[in-house]
Amino acid sequence: MMRETEHSHKTFHRKKTVTVLFICLFLFTVLIGRLVYLMVFQSAYYMEKAKELHERERSIKAARGRILDANGEILADNRTVCTISVIHNQIEDAEQVIAVLSKELGLSEDYVRKRVEKYSAIEKIKSNVDKSVGDTIRAYELAGVKVDEDYKRYYPYDSLASKVLGFTGGDNQGIIGLEVIYEEYLQGEAGMILTVTDAKGVEVPEAGEERIEPVNGKDLYISLDVNIQSYATQLAMQTLETKQAQSVSIIVMNPQNGEIMAMVNVPEFDLNHPYTLPEDLEEADLDAEKRQELLNAMWRNGCINDTYEPGSTFKTVTAAAALEEGVVTVNDNFSCPGYVMVEDRRIRCHKIAGHGAENFVQATMNSCNPVFVTVGLRLGVDNYYKYFQQFGLLDRTGIDLPGEAGTIMHKKENIGLVELATISFGQSFQITPIQLAVTVSSFINGGKRVTPHFGVRVANSDGSGSQSFNYPVRKNVVSAETSETMKYLLEQVVENGGGKNAYIEGYRIGGKTATSQTLPRGSGEYIASFIGFSPADDPEILALCIINRPQGTYYGGQIAAPVVRQLFENILPYLEKMDYNNRSDSNVSRF
Amino acid sequence: MAERGLSRRKPNIANYMDYTLLFIVIFLLGFGLVMVYSTSSYSANLQFDGDAAWYFRKQLWATAVGIVAMMVVANIPYHFWEQFAMLGYIVSVILILLIIPFGTESHGAKRWLNIAGISVQPAEIAKLGMILFLASMICTMGKSIRQKKGFFTVLIVPVPIAIMLWRITSNLSSAIIVMGIAVLMLFVSCPDYKRFVILGIVTIVAAALIVLVIVKMAEAGVGEDGGSVGGFRGARILAWLDPEAYAIGKGFQTLQGLYAIGSGGILGKGLGNSKQKLGFIPEAQNDMIFSIICEELGLFGAIAIILMFIMLIWRFMIIANNAPDLFGALLVVGVLGHIAIQVILNIAVVTNTIPNTGISLPFISYGGTSVLFLLIEIGLVLSVARGIRLKDL
Repeated sequence: MMRETEHSHKTFHRKKTVTVLFICLFLFTVLIGRLVYLMVFQSAYYMEKAKELHERERSIKAARGRILDANGEILADNRTVCTISVIHNQIEDAEQVIAVLSKELGLSEDYVRKRVEKYSAIEKIKSNVDKSVGDTIRAYELAGVKVDEDYKRYYPYDSLASKVLGFTGGDNQGIIGLEVIYEEYLQGEAGMILTVTDAKGVEVPEAGEERIEPVNGKDLYISLDVNIQSYATQLAMQTLETKQAQSVSIIVMNPQNGEIMAMVNVPEFDLNHPYTLPEDLEEADLDAEKRQELLNAMWRNGCINDTYEPGSTFKTVTAAAALEEGVVTVNDNFSCPGYVMVEDRRIRCHKIAGHGAENFVQATMNSCNPVFVTVGLRLGVDNYYKYFQQFGLLDRTGIDLPGEAGTIMHKKENIGLVELATISFGQSFQITPIQLAVTVSSFINGGKRVTPHFGVRVANSDGSGSQSFNYPVRKNVVSAETSETMKYLLEQVVENGGGKNAYIEGYRIGGKTATSQTLPRGSGEYIASFIGFSPADDPEILALCIINRPQGTYYGGQIAAPVVRQLFENILPYLEKMDYNNRSDSNVSRF
Repeated sequence: MAERGLSRRKPNIANYMDYTLLFIVIFLLGFGLVMVYSTSSYSANLQFDGDAAWYFRKQLWATAVGIVAMMVVANIPYHFWEQFAMLGYIVSVILILLIIPFGTESHGAKRWLNIAGISVQPAEIAKLGMILFLASMICTMGKSIRQKKGFFTVLIVPVPIAIMLWRITSNLSSAIIVMGIAVLMLFVSCPDYKRFVILGIVTIVAAALIVLVIVKMAEAGVGEDGGSVGGFRGARILAWLDPEAYAIGKGFQTLQGLYAIGSGGILGKGLGNSKQKLGFIPEAQNDMIFSIICEELGLFGAIAIILMFIMLIWRFMIIANNAPDLFGALLVVGVLGHIAIQVILNIAVVTNTIPNTGISLPFISYGGTSVLFLLIEIGLVLSVARGIRLKDL
């Protein structure tokens, strides 16, 4: 009996113990499921979080290379600024840290609090803080607050050549201009200290410290000359104001090798405050999109990014093509009745009474439309198009600035006689100002198509490791003979023709004026321009001045030519004194 | 019955030693020591002037003493202890009460007593005392346990101890374990199922209601920091539901543990390569040690350890089911309950499956009293196993 009871006891005891085991097994299975979820499916998330917690990465910024002009003047430099960060675990008095940082940095308390209280290895509070503010914060000697020195771009000449130099963004990367194009040389390589830290923010020695030294960026030497640029800017500003123009652009370059000495687009903007719009706009209440649009417009380099109808300056192209093709000689005689009929269209000369009898030289001096239409028609569409290509007008110039616009031109099959006629005197298509400057350069430098550029060389800050840039030059764009003729023709324009306002006693100057209508036509707005060069027989300098939408007198010969004259009056003696083009090997002036 | 009595009196006849159990325990102890060293060496190095093995050495001593104690207990017939059952209960109560005037405080909780230079956790003694007391009591009660009165008597006996542990030492987890052990022993010694199912459902519903009330109160904005909502535990429950929202407060430890577990992945970072033990998880060698196991040894290591515990429980079941008498079986079931509940709760806490409550992982977490008393319990189980006649198997 007793044994039986014992036995039955044992049976249910056993069953129940087995039940307990199965309950345990079930619970363990649930927990293993939970572990699989955490360690397989959530693993990446937690790994990322943990890494953020453990690794303290401090980058050692590389100093960005400077930009120096032809005389070694510094155009873009670096200034020391500070980056303020907090290390959560080293903070002793969080409230004080929050109070000091929000006060000194002008940040909201909530913003700072969120970062101070975030549990991470290192948290950046603000970068690009003035060194003086950084020093003030450092003086508080707050535990857990780190003030790291850093570089910020600084432009000593503020707005000078703003659209050429460009500026840099928060991470010291180029945003526009040369800063973008030469990014790879200027930026250098940031160094880095990567450390694993424990919870107190103490670096873990066994985990090793990875340190990569920064390589400073290289200095960029450019062909721009601060003195020429400054003077050209002054002239452009003066013109902008007196003519109430929308904008004024001036390009000064060496037609022999394509080095650009000045490129002005007024109004310029302050490179040290590139995100500040002009005052009248800054006051207006703008939404972000509109504001960005206005900023982009402000940063635009008209010489390169915009196209325009060149007008009469383009007659140089017609002349060069016709001379090269042999369909015209300087002595050919023409007669201008004040208009010319092309198919059923009557194309007027700017002199309604007509220029009467004139040879090709006189026609160029007079900028006579009917003569150039006649010459253009003599060339024919095929030939004209061939020279268009040969002169490089259909390609971009390859200048070392970003965003160069291409030529807007009819397709060859769409060019009829009327179109050919209008092209012949520079209408019905668009090119960039730099394209015109380079094309004219090739006509007067003996037929070389040069690549316009600013970048001359890069070198380390101590001057070592200099590396010069080479730019492609395409020869025989026109023959030497045509080039000589072109120089002669254009000198005549300045000596006795429409460009006489650019004449300077004692210098030989060639050039061509233009007055073109803004598009769409009939708005009553004009673009006055003048392209000039000197010395006329062996040009060393070429200048193009474009006045966009002047009020009042709008003829290129009357308002643009004087600007180039004033410019030349000042810079020609300066270049002589500088002995600009022979600095290295000769003291004899070539002017 | 007579045969049984004989075998008890002459243990060297048909002597049985459960080597499987012994091996599992020794493996867990060895693994525990390795993990204690791995998790504590970095902070010990900083804390004790370059003595990286400080915690490891203390644990090694406790383990050595524990193994000796285990061997001694294993060689004493377990019925010898029956006479101390009542004494054990009383001593437990006294020790817990002594904490009020003499307790030493650590990590903001008063749980330790300093006896002759050795700090002892009365909670651990109470667990062993409870197993012994209930086993003896259930045997004495015989069939009366099947009546309501007997059933509730067994259920009420541990309540004073549990309440004292909870209120005096603010150690809710030990209270839960003591209650859990009692319920499990009752479950095994009662043929009934219905009552236990009801008990289980009532517990789960009550827990769910508490969570719900706390969440509702928090949503209503009463006591942002959990201060006025159910106090200490209220905040813990909110932190359990969303540890990232309480990352700097109550959710900190849990979140750091999850970082460790999650970043371990399938294969782990390798033994000794944990990053979270570098102070991110405070006292990583204690309750959160399983998260470091996950980080260093990955999912495979974690599952391997869980399998070891499952085997341990399986061994307990075999021994309980073949124990020479009910007293022996109940002792083993009590030990099984103690270890199983603690392992399951620990892993559940570490993986944030349940709200955080301080609970250590048996044999592996750092803690001298814990390992000593666990080994004494294993000694008891081995002693019960010795009574098994091989032909019974």
